[in-house]
Amino acid sequence: MSAHTLTPEEHYILDEPYYEPVGNEVAIFEAAYANRLPVLLKGPTGCGKTRFMEYMAWRLRRPLITVSCHDDLTASDLVGRFLVRGGETVWVDGPLTRAVRVGGICYLDEIVEARKDTMVVIHPLADDRRELPMEKLGQLLEAPPDFCLAISYNPGYQSVLKDLKQSTRQRFVAMEFDYPAPELERRIVANESGVDAAMAEKLVRFAQMTRNLKGSGLEEGASTRLLVHAGKLIASGVEPVAACRAAVAQAVTDDADMLAAIQELSSSLF
Amino acid sequence: MPPPLDAEEIAQRLDAWLETEFTFHKVDALAAEFAALPRDEQDFILDWIRRIATTHITLAWHFAQRAPELLRRMDRRVIEAWAVHLCDTYDQAGMYAALAFADQAGSFLHVRSEHAAGALFEDIAGVLGNFVHGLSGRRLRVEQGESAYTDGERLFLPAITAALERREDNFKLAKATIALLWAQTRFGTLRADIQATAAAFPHPDRALGQFHGLETLRLTARIGRELPGLYREMERLRRALGDTLPAAWAPLAERLARPDARVEDSLALLAEAYRLPDFAPWCYQGELRPDAVANCRAARLEKEKARLRVKLAELEAELRQHQADAAEAPAGPRFEAEAVEEDGRLDFEITLDDAPVAPPADVKQLLTSVYLDFGHIPPEYLVPAGDGEYDPGLFDDRPVDPDAVWQGTYHEEGAVFYPEWDLGRQHYRKNWCVMREKAVAPVHDDFYRATLDKHAGLIRHLRKSFEAMRDEDRLEKRQPQGDEVDIDALVEALADARDGREMSDRLFMRLHRAERNIAVGFLIDMSGSTRGWINEAEREALILLCEALELLGDRYAIYGFSGQTRKRCELYRVKAFDEPYSEEVKARISGIQPKDYTRMGFAIRHLTKLLGGQQARTRVLVTLSDGRPDDYFDAYRGPYGIEDTRMALLEARRAGIHPFCITLDHDARDYLPHMYGAARYIILDDVRALPLKASDIYRRITT
Repeated sequence: MSAHTLTPEEHYILDEPYYEPVGNEVAIFEAAYANRLPVLLKGPTGCGKTRFMEYMAWRLRRPLITVSCHDDLTASDLVGRFLVRGGETVWVDGPLTRAVRVGGICYLDEIVEARKDTMVVIHPLADDRRELPMEKLGQLLEAPPDFCLAISYNPGYQSVLKDLKQSTRQRFVAMEFDYPAPELERRIVANESGVDAAMAEKLVRFAQMTRNLKGSGLEEGASTRLLVHAGKLIASGVEPVAACRAAVAQAVTDDADMLAAIQELSSSLF
Repeated sequence: MPPPLDAEEIAQRLDAWLETEFTFHKVDALAAEFAALPRDEQDFILDWIRRIATTHITLAWHFAQRAPELLRRMDRRVIEAWAVHLCDTYDQAGMYAALAFADQAGSFLHVRSEHAAGALFEDIAGVLGNFVHGLSGRRLRVEQGESAYTDGERLFLPAITAALERREDNFKLAKATIALLWAQTRFGTLRADIQATAAAFPHPDRALGQFHGLETLRLTARIGRELPGLYREMERLRRALGDTLPAAWAPLAERLARPDARVEDSLALLAEAYRLPDFAPWCYQGELRPDAVANCRAARLEKEKARLRVKLAELEAELRQHQADAAEAPAGPRFEAEAVEEDGRLDFEITLDDAPVAPPADVKQLLTSVYLDFGHIPPEYLVPAGDGEYDPGLFDDRPVDPDAVWQGTYHEEGAVFYPEWDLGRQHYRKNWCVMREKAVAPVHDDFYRATLDKHAGLIRHLRKSFEAMRDEDRLEKRQPQGDEVDIDALVEALADARDGREMSDRLFMRLHRAERNIAVGFLIDMSGSTRGWINEAEREALILLCEALELLGDRYAIYGFSGQTRKRCELYRVKAFDEPYSEEVKARISGIQPKDYTRMGFAIRHLTKLLGGQQARTRVLVTLSDGRPDDYFDAYRGPYGIEDTRMALLEARRAGIHPFCITLDHDARDYLPHMYGAARYIILDDVRALPLKASDIYRRITT
């Protein structure tokens, strides 16, 4: 089987993604979408923000254009730039512009990682003007009603360098995500990875132990995503302690003492 | 291998190290015993006798007497740890405690195999500390103690666990012990009034032992349900060490293994157990110390009640802010809390006026701790505190005023401890330096202005050279990728293409953003010997440095150090990393005064720690001193101080910090290269050149 090539605006999600609602987030998102309000998703890594976006894109039948932000992401990377082709300069739309043109959902993942000046370009899109100025073209792109802007960020880093400015955050409807309650998390792990209920329960308890370690040298506890990874390894016949080491312990830390401690926790549990 | 030493040679050495001329220790018998050992064992023992003798001769003498026996029983790593612990005990608690520890050697040697490889506390404490944090319940600390027990907040382990032959097994034993002590705090053992219960029996100590046995059975079963993997380990350890359950105890064990068994069941069964034969302690059960638990609990209860009530008051104020009828808050109990225990998870459901509330993490921590003390949350704990009901001193862990502590009796309160390298022992002295951070008393005078005037020409020069260092945002042209098309490059490339030459692909411009991202800590010598010229030069140098650093935007901190003996190591804060260069800081620079002696190790270690907390790509530590390390009536004079300073600099280097030393001691080129082995350094011959040179040096080391 060869890989698919899709242009971003064709990226419709056709099959319903597996998503377990935690609270009323689906209703809030739909209401925000209907009122053309942009959305901010807060929460630790791997708790289901991206999956939620896929689910909503499927529900609303809009193409989903995801941009993973990094510290060298400039405004031109989002809006577009001139390229040189055969001696002519040609304008090429960036992902944000493409999403506005087709009325899709543009999801800027980990927005705080982007360069500070980048965030300003989304401001006119994120308030009631809903327009994207394209300075280099001398044009203003008005967003159609279908267009939706969503951003995500992880407040847990607590670094002053990675904080969201008030002028940015106060434009969004904010929704907080956290790890799901144990009962729900068990169901998610079992459903996604294929392990049985008893094993899913143990994995969730193991995750709880690592989350207790947050603040004693661990930046973040094990996310639901990591539990699913561990569960998949176990379902493929890897021994549980080894699976937890590879899929969870090594993923959350490099510190030798912490690795050993997590290893001791998992070997105590299984 | 060289031939073994004979008795006479050994006796000669022991005579010298143990100063038998004055101490009258009889070394002949020892020498004869040592003479029979192979050479490498002789060397090992003699080396340690020499090292311990630098701490105290009596300790060395006691070690020498036990050494051959120790060597038969343990591997050398464990003996080393034993010897170091002996010295540490002497450092911290005196000769009496050290000799008591030496006497314990016999009991600590109840190992069943020879050359046992023990698990050393310092090797395993980090892992076990995190392990226990991962388990649910109150946040517990793992600390070293004379035996394994808990006081409800701390879990103590002995310095060495060596009941089994292999190191991994000894680690597993320590882990099982920690887990059982954790279970005592988590599953209610410490909630029972053990002392009163035991006192009702003719032999309270025996009753306590039997109760401990019952609880060990109950908690082992509980761990079996919570942590099955650990339970299997515990079973294996018991088998390996021959721990058994006498037949008469079996019915009790069965009752306590029920899922609903609680500490009350153990108390109810105690009378029955009292009639049974003694419960032979299991390898991982540790000791039960009701007195330590009671003391700790008494101190905790009031404090946590106050903290919880104050926190709830804050929470209530925050929640009611959003309500319109904030003015008329209803009377009576408004908060209710219910503990939810499910699958070993402990959680709380809190309601305020029947509406559910999501408690913040610190409230949850407090509720957990209170729940573990009572088994429920007493209603009086849930009444939000009124205004001014509690003295904030009761629940705030505020830093103790560093000057006030000397008026109290316990002057180590609120201090930070640092280790020190002992040259003779070839090992660290743990928690040796009692360090306190103080602010320099600001002196608002015209020193700052006078310095600027005096060095006006120099400052202009510094400005120019430092401004040149600033890496500014700049447009990079002719890049293969970028935000904009570089028209110049494009025109050229098109011309090239017309000519039939290859067209360049470097047609774009991009904005390069530059950050220096340097954090630098300055340590300034404030010892008495800097009085006069040196002090003035130091202060002027600091003003000039600050002026220059402000231009660069580097993060920097300035601390002065001085001290008198290890008990009074003082670090004077002139400017912290997150403090702006304000009038106050200028006044503090002006207020830098010569104080006592030059003890450097602790200051370097502390700045290393502070720098470690800075998010910077490059971290630099600059020390400025006028001479060799020295302290009042202390071993710190001479090689000891030089070695400790050298070690502290090595530690800084290992922590990824670039140490750089500026010294004014031009007579001492002999020790400098050695002491500053890990650091780069410069010797200034003329004090008056310091203000001029300091900024120049900084410029060179950071570019």
